[in-house]
Amino acid sequence: MMAVTLAQAINHALVDAMEADPRVLVLGEDVGRLGGVFRVTDGLLSKFGEQRCIDTPLAESGIIGASVGLAMAGWRPVPEIQFDGFAYPAFEQIVSHVAKFANRSRGTVRLPMTIRIPFGGGIGAIEHHSESPETYWAHTSGLKVFVPATPDDAYSMMREAIVADDPVIFLEPKRRYWTKADVELPVSTAPARQALVRRDGSTVTVFAYGPMVKTALDAAAVADDHGWSLQVVDLRSLSPLDVDTIVSSVQQTGRAIVVHEASRTLGMGAEIAALIQEHAFYALEAPVLRVTGFDTPYPPARLENFWLPGVDRILDAVQQVLTY
Amino acid sequence: MHRPVRDPSELLPPGEPVQLLQPDGVLREHPEFAPVSDPQLLRSMLRHMVVTRQVDQEAINLQRQGQLAVYASCRGQEAAQVGSALALADGDWIFPSYREIGAAITRGIDPTGLMHMYRGTWLADHDPYAERFGLMTIPIATQVLHATGFAMGTAMDGKDVVTVAYFGDGATSEGDAHEAMTFAGVFNAPVVFFVQNNQWAISVPVERQTAAPSLAHKAVGYGIVGRRCDGNDVLATYAVMSEAVERARSGGGPTLIEAMTYRMESHTTSDDANRYRGEDEVAAAAARDPIDRFQAFLARSGVIDDEFAASVAGEAAARSQQVRDAVYDAPHGDPTELFDHVYVDPNGHFAGQREQLARELAAGGGGV
Repeated sequence: MMAVTLAQAINHALVDAMEADPRVLVLGEDVGRLGGVFRVTDGLLSKFGEQRCIDTPLAESGIIGASVGLAMAGWRPVPEIQFDGFAYPAFEQIVSHVAKFANRSRGTVRLPMTIRIPFGGGIGAIEHHSESPETYWAHTSGLKVFVPATPDDAYSMMREAIVADDPVIFLEPKRRYWTKADVELPVSTAPARQALVRRDGSTVTVFAYGPMVKTALDAAAVADDHGWSLQVVDLRSLSPLDVDTIVSSVQQTGRAIVVHEASRTLGMGAEIAALIQEHAFYALEAPVLRVTGFDTPYPPARLENFWLPGVDRILDAVQQVLTY
Repeated sequence: MHRPVRDPSELLPPGEPVQLLQPDGVLREHPEFAPVSDPQLLRSMLRHMVVTRQVDQEAINLQRQGQLAVYASCRGQEAAQVGSALALADGDWIFPSYREIGAAITRGIDPTGLMHMYRGTWLADHDPYAERFGLMTIPIATQVLHATGFAMGTAMDGKDVVTVAYFGDGATSEGDAHEAMTFAGVFNAPVVFFVQNNQWAISVPVERQTAAPSLAHKAVGYGIVGRRCDGNDVLATYAVMSEAVERARSGGGPTLIEAMTYRMESHTTSDDANRYRGEDEVAAAAARDPIDRFQAFLARSGVIDDEFAASVAGEAAARSQQVRDAVYDAPHGDPTELFDHVYVDPNGHFAGQREQLARELAAGGGGV
């Protein structure tokens, strides 16, 4: 066992995947010589050479569009978009081609790509570096969306994403990059499509993913002092969603809260609330509440702690559903 | 992978587009390029151009009869498409836009499959790997990046493959064309950027796409070679394309070719070009018709005779009839196929939605 950060776990996963399959390559801005602005691709250039760890021009659509061609040529690209807010130039390539090629070609052309995007706030960054664009990807048929919350999952889900023949948007919770855990690598956790109960509890389920899993667990620890028993479910994959685990958890607790950094309106919380009322209506003791960022643009860094959901906002919602 | 920076003068296109065959069908001397003389190749050029024109006309007819949702004609661009596609080896790849029916026919692809995109029976209907011809791409210039990435990929594998991106004058304004040529230059990818400058992007003339001296001049900004040819001259197009393909094949890097041509029809069958361009201009373009001049040249030089012309006309009619027979009233497939190809490992809720559609079908639902 050794203590690894979430960023290191992804780095290990990339190294192991590239060693396991000579068709896997990494490309993006600053991924080679620098090793990535978060050092997630550190060491890949010296280990695998500049053909398999490619520093590209500064052009996100180019990175993704070229990856489509590389995949068609039989490679297994793992392109990096440096920050969430810079994925948008590649939006057309992702939505119109990465997601649709398999369907358009009746399965003749598969694009086994894993698009890495560090996402979310809480690191005091300037504008465009703290966004949560997961709904765009989860809403797009043809993509899978994986969001690890822990180092062991980051490793295991990255390995799973790279070997998958479906394209995967891999959202890395950048504020948790430095979270450490004792992990024996390589590690294989549950398949990504399976949500995991991170903490058992009996009165309220808190659904979270990525950076908010730790926040939800922190809230659950405080809730204990109030005598409130929170069950924390880490969704892990936003597309597909593990509907069975979501529903069975609500059937146990009767109350549900969904937590995400992304703005509320039409966020993942809306989808999960809809699924719960479709599948567990009679189990509900209270309305499903959403604990989220506000429906404003992401705030300036000095204000982000007023905007981001934290323990207090979660506990307020817990109190609301318990006193409904 | 990287190559030394070249002198800009090597990259700039010469002032005049290369022309080897004048609009009157008379050969013209060129200091650098010579016309091909192999009679079999010359006949093949004519055959593909004539077949393309008739299949293209058949598609327009089919659209007028409600059989296709829409169709984008390549009438007037036959020399550009046939001349460029014939310069490729069998293993080379094309990444086309939606207007490349001529390039497809030249590559031996059954055009009926391509018509399913326009009919809407499915979104595409050929195997790109079998034909080495990508799916006809609708979002403008996006396929140019796929071509570049593909060329990077085949080069890393050491494969003897040249990849060609087909796009239009309007597409050169898109960011993806810019990024594709940027990447191709940096990585010295074995790719040819073949721009058919047909003068119009729907209603917008090429003067509104760029203030550059020509589209080919843009090449110098990417550190790649720029060339221009008379795209209504199949001999010039073939010659300039062959040079570019050879450059790519031998590791000399990408070329941007601007083939000067003209879109004789409206943008698509849904468009009305009379709203934005005059008859004089179209008549002038008709006088530069790619097939007329080439046919005149071949007849005069004895490469073809009446018998050959008749056999080509017969083949064009037969191919058009095949398209008509295959497309007319062609049924769509089982609607539940909509769920079959999206994922290798489908999301769980797909099963439920597929069952819903199956129930609606079983209840006699014929769609709204």
